[in-house]
Amino acid sequence: MSPEVLGTPAADLAKTGERSQSRARAARRRKAVVTTARVLVLIAVLGLWEVLSRTRLIDPFNFSMPSQIWDQIWTWITHGTALGSLGEQIWYTLYEALLGWVFGVVAGVVLGIALGRVRFLADVLGPYIKVLNSIPRIVLAPIFVIWFGLGPASKVASAVVLVFFPVFFNAFQGAREVDRNLVANARILGASDRRVTLQVVIPSATSWIFTSLHVSFGFALIGAIVGEYIGATRGIGLLVAQSQGTFNAAGVYAAMVILAAVALIAEGLLTFAERRIFRWRPAGSGQ
Amino acid sequence: MSADTSPAIELRGASKTFRTPSGGLHTAVRGLDLTVERGEFVAVVGPTGCGKSTTLTLVSGLEEPTEGEVLVAGEPVGGVGDKVGFVFQQDATFPWRTVLSNVMAGPRFRGVPKAEAKQRARAWLARVGLAAFEDRYPHQLSGGQRKRVALAATFVNDPEILLMDEPFSALDVQTRALMSDELLELWEGSGASVVFVTHDLEEAIALADKVVVMTAGPATVKQVFDIGLPRPRKVEQVRLQTEFVEIYREIWESLGEEVRITRERGAHVA
Repeated sequence: MSPEVLGTPAADLAKTGERSQSRARAARRRKAVVTTARVLVLIAVLGLWEVLSRTRLIDPFNFSMPSQIWDQIWTWITHGTALGSLGEQIWYTLYEALLGWVFGVVAGVVLGIALGRVRFLADVLGPYIKVLNSIPRIVLAPIFVIWFGLGPASKVASAVVLVFFPVFFNAFQGAREVDRNLVANARILGASDRRVTLQVVIPSATSWIFTSLHVSFGFALIGAIVGEYIGATRGIGLLVAQSQGTFNAAGVYAAMVILAAVALIAEGLLTFAERRIFRWRPAGSGQ
Repeated sequence: MSADTSPAIELRGASKTFRTPSGGLHTAVRGLDLTVERGEFVAVVGPTGCGKSTTLTLVSGLEEPTEGEVLVAGEPVGGVGDKVGFVFQQDATFPWRTVLSNVMAGPRFRGVPKAEAKQRARAWLARVGLAAFEDRYPHQLSGGQRKRVALAATFVNDPEILLMDEPFSALDVQTRALMSDELLELWEGSGASVVFVTHDLEEAIALADKVVVMTAGPATVKQVFDIGLPRPRKVEQVRLQTEFVEIYREIWESLGEEVRITRERGAHVA
């Protein structure tokens, strides 16, 4: 409650009620203004693009235009793509990304916590992980296509290597930065090393890990798409590659729009899960 | 047999040296001799940063002495034992556990079945007046309430030895007095031996049977004062007695000198 409401005489209560109402109204109005402004920005950008393209100030062949992109998406939805239905392509990409993400996250968390807890492991493996991390991992994608073929395995592999490192470093850091007091307290209360890891280190590293999960799902999608782009039989990445091969700029943009929508939905689901898991945290940090 | 007659805690010439991040050596305590009898409440006072907390970590088994011996109930300390309870200066409640689950943690870690742990935890929450808060998370409690959770979580393990590292220093003055009284009540029923580290001399005298004055770091025992004030005590009332003031003056003469030394050193460093 606002400080004014505390200890106000009864006569002023009506006034403060009014005041808090008008404050709520102002907040609502501000929200409406922000939303309107956002929509206007979108319309302005898309409109400008459309106009520039239609008046041939920019080359529509290279830059396409929003209406064409929309037509392309609509055609894909209603008539399917050259590779089959659009849903199938999305599902294929999503399946590879999800699988790679899960493997990468599990490996990253397990190794991160293990190295964070066991000094010996960290000392032995630390330099190797640094070396591996400094390899530009996207160039591994063609190698994986050679190794694992055109099927989903090569895409899963490139998603895994992209996801693993951010998750690993966050889990490692999370395990290292556990409040020493909490660990000491758990040990005094009688916790074994295993219990300390499971019930103190992992819970307190979860907020670190979750931060990396948001970023890393994007990486998983990138891994899957790049893999498909290089060589695949299905998927949105292949759609991009084919559109490019047929000089269909609208197709490339349309695939991008679809990907963005998929990534946003995944992000939303993750945020939802995070809220459920972090009920113990003080509210207000995420809003 | 010797375990029954031996003092609760004995430090014999204990020293602890840490390696500092810059590679140097820092001696926190040196040649420390201290005996705590069974059921005794000992307060340790000394200038800030002199190594009082290190003494507690040695007794708890969280750290090993570099030299000398630490005995608990006549046995040398090797690792964290199950006789010890520790209340930390900072919040050490698990933020992801509810209040009840926090208090259950100790018994659960020690292999007590869930139902029994829950029952014991509830009993202790009732004793510290938090029965209605068992489903809350620590961030939903006040500082004083969190400290009560910490006390309940410590006492639920029935510690024979209770180590407290400036446990109330983060609380406001009123809450502090209240918590001190509550601590005395809980302790008087438990028969535990207490080592209570504080920089607040008033708090030390009001609570303890024996006040140990430490030297400026590296810490060692300078002087031990017996506090003859009758029990049961109420902290706020004890403070007003003439006897209390006399004891205070006497101990401060000893402690004040060490505080001065520490302060002068600080001035040199700065």
